[in-house]
Amino acid sequence: MNDRPFILGGLLVFVVFVTAPIWHGVAARQVALAPLELKLPAQEKHCVAPVSYMRTSHMRLLDEWRTEVVRNQQRQYTAYDGKVYEMNLTRTCLSGCHGSQKEFCDRCHSYNGAAALNCWNCHSDAPLAARNAP
Amino acid sequence: MKVTRKQFLQLSGLSLIAVTARKLVRGAANSTATESPKTIRWGMAIDVQKCRRKEGCNGCIKACHSTHNVPQFGDQAREVKWTWKQPFEDVFPFAQTQYTREVFADAPVLLMCNHCDDPPCQDVCPVDATWRTDEGVVTIDWHRCIGCRYCMAACPYGSRSFNWQDPRPAIPTVNPDFPTRTRGVVEKCNFCEERLAKRLPPVCVEACEEKALIFGDLEQADSEIRKVLHARFAVQRKPELGAGPSVYYLI
Repeated sequence: MNDRPFILGGLLVFVVFVTAPIWHGVAARQVALAPLELKLPAQEKHCVAPVSYMRTSHMRLLDEWRTEVVRNQQRQYTAYDGKVYEMNLTRTCLSGCHGSQKEFCDRCHSYNGAAALNCWNCHSDAPLAARNAP
Repeated sequence: MKVTRKQFLQLSGLSLIAVTARKLVRGAANSTATESPKTIRWGMAIDVQKCRRKEGCNGCIKACHSTHNVPQFGDQAREVKWTWKQPFEDVFPFAQTQYTREVFADAPVLLMCNHCDDPPCQDVCPVDATWRTDEGVVTIDWHRCIGCRYCMAACPYGSRSFNWQDPRPAIPTVNPDFPTRTRGVVEKCNFCEERLAKRLPPVCVEACEEKALIFGDLEQADSEIRKVLHARFAVQRKPELGAGPSVYYLI
C-alpha cells in the first residue's frame, strides 16, 4: 500500500511521455508565421485557373497537363476564361509568368513544409521568352 | 402494399431489360463517337550510299543530341545515345558477300530507334512508361520510368540507353525547350515527336546536307517515303523478329 505514490507517479510520467508528440504539436501550431510575401507576376493578371484553385490544386493541374502532353499529344490548354495556353512548364508557367523557381515554387513549398520539388531536375528553369499560344 | 411472387418476377425482368437496353444504347453511341481512322504512321528511309558520301559527317547526330539534351559521357560503358553509327557489316550481317565487303567495308550506317509497329520494349515495360502513339512513335514517359531496364534487354536494336548518373553536368549546352533526363531513367530517339506535333520533320532529317534521310507518313500512298520505298530496294533491320521497324535502309 505504501507504493501508491510511486505507482501513480510512474503512471503520470508514462502518460506524459506517450502523449508528448501531441503536446508538442499543439504548442507548435500556436507559433504564428509571418505571411509569405510572394512576388506576383508583373506582366500577367490572371493565372490559367482561378487563384484559389491554383493555391490548393496546382499539382493536379500540372499532372493533367503532363498526361495531356506526354500521353495524348495535346499541347493546347483552354483556360476557364477561354484563353488558350501552351501546356509547357518552362515556357508558360515559369518564364511566361512566375519568373523564378527559387523565388516562387521553392519559397512557398518550404514555407508550407510541402514536399521538395523534383520538376526542375529535368525541366529547365532558365528564363526564356514566352511563346504566344497559337 | 403486398407484392406477389408473380409481380416480383415481372418487375425484376423489366428492370433487367431496362438496364441492358441502356448499356446497349450507350455502347453504340460511344463506338460511333470514338471511331477515328488511323491515318498516320511515321517512318524514315535512310539512303546508305548518300549517307556515306561525306566522310566523317555527323551533322544529324550532333543536331539530334544537342536538341534533345543528350549527355556526352566519355566513358563508353555509361554512353547515352539517340542516334549513332555502326559499321555496315555489324548492321547487316546477312547482306555480306565478297563484293559488298569490298564496297561497304567499315561503311558507317546511321542507327536510331526503329519505332516498331509491335515494339517489344512496350510489352515488357512493367509500369507502362513506354508505348506507341497513334502516329507510330514509340515514346517514353520519363516521369514514369523506374529504370528497371527491361526495355533495354528487350530491344533487339540496342536503341536504348540508361542514365547511370546525373546527365545534366555532361550536357554541353542545355536546350531549355526540351527536358533533360534524370539519373535512373532510360532514354532513346523519340522521332522528334515534339516537332512532329508542329508538323516539322525530325531534326536529323533537316540537318542532313546530303538529303540522305527521307521522312514521312507510311500510311499515305503518295508521300515521299512511300514513293522512295516503291522505287528502290529497301531493307529493315532484323525483320525476321516481327517487330516491324519503321526505319528502312535504301541499299
